[in-house]
Amino acid sequence: MGLGDYLGLPFFQHALIAATLVAITCGLIGPFVITRGAAFAVHGVAEMSFTSAVAGLVWLHDPVLGALLGSIVMAGAIGLLGARQRERDSAIGVTLAFGLGVGIFLLGHYHGSIGSAYSILFGQILGISDDQLWLLLGVAGGVLITMLLIYRRLFFASIDPEVAEARGVRVRAIGLVFLLILSLTVTEAAQIVGTLLVLSLAITPAAAALRLSARPVAVAVFSIVFALIAADGGLLLNTQAENVSPSVFVTSISFGIYLIARVGGHWLRGRRSRPPAALGPTGP
Amino acid sequence: MAKESGARSDTARPSSSVTTPAVRLRGAGIRFADRELWGDLDIDVVPGEFLAVLGPNGSGKTTLLKVLLGLQELSSGTAEVGGRRPHLGSHLVGYVPQQKAFDRDLPIRGRDLVRLGLDGHRWLIGLPNAAVRHRVHEAIEAVGATAYADAPIGLLSGGEQQRLRLAQALVGDPEVLLCDEPLLSLDLRRQQEAVELIDQRRRANDTAVLFVTHEINPILPFVDRVLYLVGNRWALGTLDEVLTGERLSQLFGAPIDVVRVGGRVVIAGMPDEAHGEHGAAHHHHAADDDHEPPAGRWRPWA
Repeated sequence: MGLGDYLGLPFFQHALIAATLVAITCGLIGPFVITRGAAFAVHGVAEMSFTSAVAGLVWLHDPVLGALLGSIVMAGAIGLLGARQRERDSAIGVTLAFGLGVGIFLLGHYHGSIGSAYSILFGQILGISDDQLWLLLGVAGGVLITMLLIYRRLFFASIDPEVAEARGVRVRAIGLVFLLILSLTVTEAAQIVGTLLVLSLAITPAAAALRLSARPVAVAVFSIVFALIAADGGLLLNTQAENVSPSVFVTSISFGIYLIARVGGHWLRGRRSRPPAALGPTGP
Repeated sequence: MAKESGARSDTARPSSSVTTPAVRLRGAGIRFADRELWGDLDIDVVPGEFLAVLGPNGSGKTTLLKVLLGLQELSSGTAEVGGRRPHLGSHLVGYVPQQKAFDRDLPIRGRDLVRLGLDGHRWLIGLPNAAVRHRVHEAIEAVGATAYADAPIGLLSGGEQQRLRLAQALVGDPEVLLCDEPLLSLDLRRQQEAVELIDQRRRANDTAVLFVTHEINPILPFVDRVLYLVGNRWALGTLDEVLTGERLSQLFGAPIDVVRVGGRVVIAGMPDEAHGEHGAAHHHHAADDDHEPPAGRWRPWA
């Protein structure tokens, strides 16, 4: 089958729409994840969404709904566990280990097809139902609208929390809202690339963008574009090699972009001339 | 805003000045569960005045700034900034925090940092805007940071970052500039440059300055009045009135000597608290901590 044939198939159209939504939301939150030092929170939420997806599968017969509900709980938990990064990270590690154990226990009580469980871990982009697509659309829409609304405050609070607070930004509250956005986005992305590979869309594109620019707008745009290339590109490549999971392509493209950005960023920084005063030591 | 002209050598101005005081506290007090930080504080800070806020660690200097920022309610009394109750996000107040290095990888240039001071507390996305760009540009030029305003902020030196912080605090054209130990971890020359910029600004724009510091000496030539907070007592007046052995001994309840040497003030005999002159000493404050760090032992300076 050629690419044209694929584009006519509903399941592939679903997949493309879902991949695009996930790429835009992940690309948008990525730079904040990095500046706020929340990469481990992404990982934690993603892996915990395995547990809640299995729980959803067992009790609700809907892993996606289960994962989304679980992600809201997870966001609240991380938010309450601590504002400081070190405290937060160890708390995430602790709950993560326990959560995975619970997930495996629940999986033992699941008597459906093992494929459903497998797809939670590695993504099920090619098997998204109408209902799931609508759910994803709703989540992505909510995330995008919220991000649009709080963008400036979130940016201020992430870059410069002390002054942001002095200027009246409720830094802690906005951090909680961001955790919720992060959890929903990550859970949504887990449907595409799987819980184990979420970082390739939520972190890698933003990390690549940060190598190339320090302009906030440019970083946001690069991050989204890179995520789109990885997610949609991975899907399209998959049509040419059906026996390979699309997740493999998504993560590979994402990683390739990062490598290029690192090399390119190094070259850019070397080329940009800096005023000598700024480079010199601070001493008199 | 009425511009005052003339020399500013007259330091303690009468509180019955015609202009609205930039900051007014009446019977102001802060009490936490078990102790009074300070109380019955009466101050009028007039536009353009440079007030140094001194005191040992934990005496509530930062809390005073928080009151004026609208982050902390008074336990008693009233506070006014520009004739109004302090409220969060007020454009009347600019704030310069302690110098704290930015991460190298932060996706932000100096220009963006300054803009945050203008509209970073608003909702939605900050769209490109010629008027905003112009104000940001002027604020950056006023602190002499134009040359490096487009470089990633994490790559700048401490002094350069602090200039941009000052531009960030001033870009909204505040009537009151609140500075919380802005000179920490800057070397002497950068300290002097930063203070001179603040001094120029308050003279040119009649901006009142409240300057919280451990180190009186870098700001000595510019200070109009001193507010000294100790325990629940305080003293307010000119340098000559407050920084005397007699007055400080009263405040601390212990014998204290104040010596003026070569245009510097040296305070000796401070009980239990490290305070006073120690050149370009570095205080390492815990990041994001509301409270000031535990007091070090008094140590003689070299």
